[in-house]
Amino acid sequence: MTQPLIEMKNIEKHFGSVIALAGVSVDITPGECHCLLGDNGAGKSTFIKTMSGVHKPTSGEIYFEGKPMHFEDPRDAISAGIATVYQDLAMIPLMSVARNFFMGNEPQTTKLGLPVFDHAYANDVTMSEMKKMGINLRGPDQAVGTLSGGERQTVAIARAVHFGAKVLILDEPTSALGVRQTSNVLATVDKVRKNGIAVVFITHNVRHAMAVGDRFTVLNRGKTLGTAKRGEIEPEELQDLMAGGQEMATLEGSLGGTV
Amino acid sequence: MSDTANSDERVKEMSGLRRALIRPELGGIVGTIAVFTFFALFAFDSGMFNAQGVMNWSIVSAQFMIIAVGACLLMIAGEFDLSVGSMIGFAGMMIAILGVTLGFPIWLAIIITFVTCTLIGGLNGLIVVKTGLPSFIVTLAFLFILRGFTIFLPQTIERKTIIGGIREAAEGDWLAPLFGGKIGGSIFQWMGDNGIIAVFERGTRKGQPVVDGIPMLIVWAILLVLFGHFLLTKTRFGNWIFAAGGDAQAARYVGVPVNRVKILMFMFTAFCATVFATCQVMEFGSAGADRGLLKEFEAIIAVVIGGALLTGGYGSVLGAALGALIFGVVQQGLFFAGVESSLFRVFLGVILLLAVILNTYIRRLITGER
Repeated sequence: MTQPLIEMKNIEKHFGSVIALAGVSVDITPGECHCLLGDNGAGKSTFIKTMSGVHKPTSGEIYFEGKPMHFEDPRDAISAGIATVYQDLAMIPLMSVARNFFMGNEPQTTKLGLPVFDHAYANDVTMSEMKKMGINLRGPDQAVGTLSGGERQTVAIARAVHFGAKVLILDEPTSALGVRQTSNVLATVDKVRKNGIAVVFITHNVRHAMAVGDRFTVLNRGKTLGTAKRGEIEPEELQDLMAGGQEMATLEGSLGGTV
Repeated sequence: MSDTANSDERVKEMSGLRRALIRPELGGIVGTIAVFTFFALFAFDSGMFNAQGVMNWSIVSAQFMIIAVGACLLMIAGEFDLSVGSMIGFAGMMIAILGVTLGFPIWLAIIITFVTCTLIGGLNGLIVVKTGLPSFIVTLAFLFILRGFTIFLPQTIERKTIIGGIREAAEGDWLAPLFGGKIGGSIFQWMGDNGIIAVFERGTRKGQPVVDGIPMLIVWAILLVLFGHFLLTKTRFGNWIFAAGGDAQAARYVGVPVNRVKILMFMFTAFCATVFATCQVMEFGSAGADRGLLKEFEAIIAVVIGGALLTGGYGSVLGAALGALIFGVVQQGLFFAGVESSLFRVFLGVILLLAVILNTYIRRLITGER
């Protein structure tokens, strides 16, 4: 097995008297899509925010490429190569795709001794990167607001990949999307993974997870309930684990399998 | 598949008209043409378009432009500054107290004023960013705080609310002409000599042109507009301004220093207000406690006419400059046309409403919302 890109050991996070994470351990290897499953309140969001530098863990260790890491803020994590795509906060609708794509990483060139935004380069790169992901833009100046939710996620993913992300954290990328858009995003995840990038895919939809996941870690009430490889676990088992092994079993029959 | 790789059948081709419609300057361009056409038809013989008349509305427009540039960039960055008008009064009074009452050299008074006022702008920004309160409330507080000081200080020190004698104090100063001077005098003299523009017929200034140069106020307005436009559209920082106003949280997640951008824009707005104030006290030779009243709203109106969205993230400095031009031309034009000047306010309200409605419609076009 290849060396894990990122290793999180016994991560605990307390917010005052609330214990959001009570010892979560996960490791992620390059080129895999690691699905993080859990019901609402299981601690998925807190966990990935710890991984992306938004929260500092109360206790526990983070190893990045074998070395212990302490992220002071999200920018540290970004420069280390950990990119997060948040569901609603990926893009700014009023800005053009090219301006969004290079937001925070604007290419510069010098004109008359002044540093200026290299619009020509930004436009070219945006168009070609979007084409690779299968999105046809009318032009690089098209506003992001005209794109569908799935396309926006894809732009955000392409952006993270272009800027050298080694770990891509996707926070519920499919939860607000329709069937077609979901399949587009899942296809994008698959492309990204094949480039050797580790993908952390957070979802509470077992079917979406099964479609692209290599390994599955289930969180429940701030703890890991275990990690399973693809093929070692059935969707129904995952579903049961997410719900904490209760009640769901009795619903199974009437709901006809996975939810 | 090969076909769909090149064009997506679900994306309608955009007509040229529609494309032109989503430029933020559109409202400003249409408005400018309309306003000039109107006054050319109804007030052409009133002297509005001779050298003196042109200079008249140019100066008024330039005043609006100076504060509109700051307000525009700040609004695109997602914030307001309601303290602009009070800042104008405060800055002017500060120059007068330092330069006249305390007898500082005017250049020093100007520099201290610029530093102080820009820092107050920064404080505005810092409070907004750190507390997360709406800038509307924070700057409203500063509207009163600054105005209060502007009235209190001269009353306590000089027992009056207008301090004069600035022109005399500025005599021979090296920095003052940068705000109160005029340029291009020889060109205007030449135009006067050759009968292109009117000259004085009698008196001590006989033979001199009636308009004897371009005031530095107009130069400042043009420079600030060019600077603002360059900064916004051509630089990395400009992208950050759009991002900070478009969605601050999304911008933060990709590493845009949103707080720094916003604070700097508050400082720039205060800087513009101070430029306005300095030009004004140099022109009038005095500072008054009531200067700059309502200027914050006039700046915001010019910016909105210029196509910026009140919610931030979208707008244009050139549009704001056109908004200021419309503002100035109409205000002075109604005077030339002999229309009752109170009607200007009616016009202002109507055009503001139309501009906001147009802007909302344009936003729907851009984002595809329905």
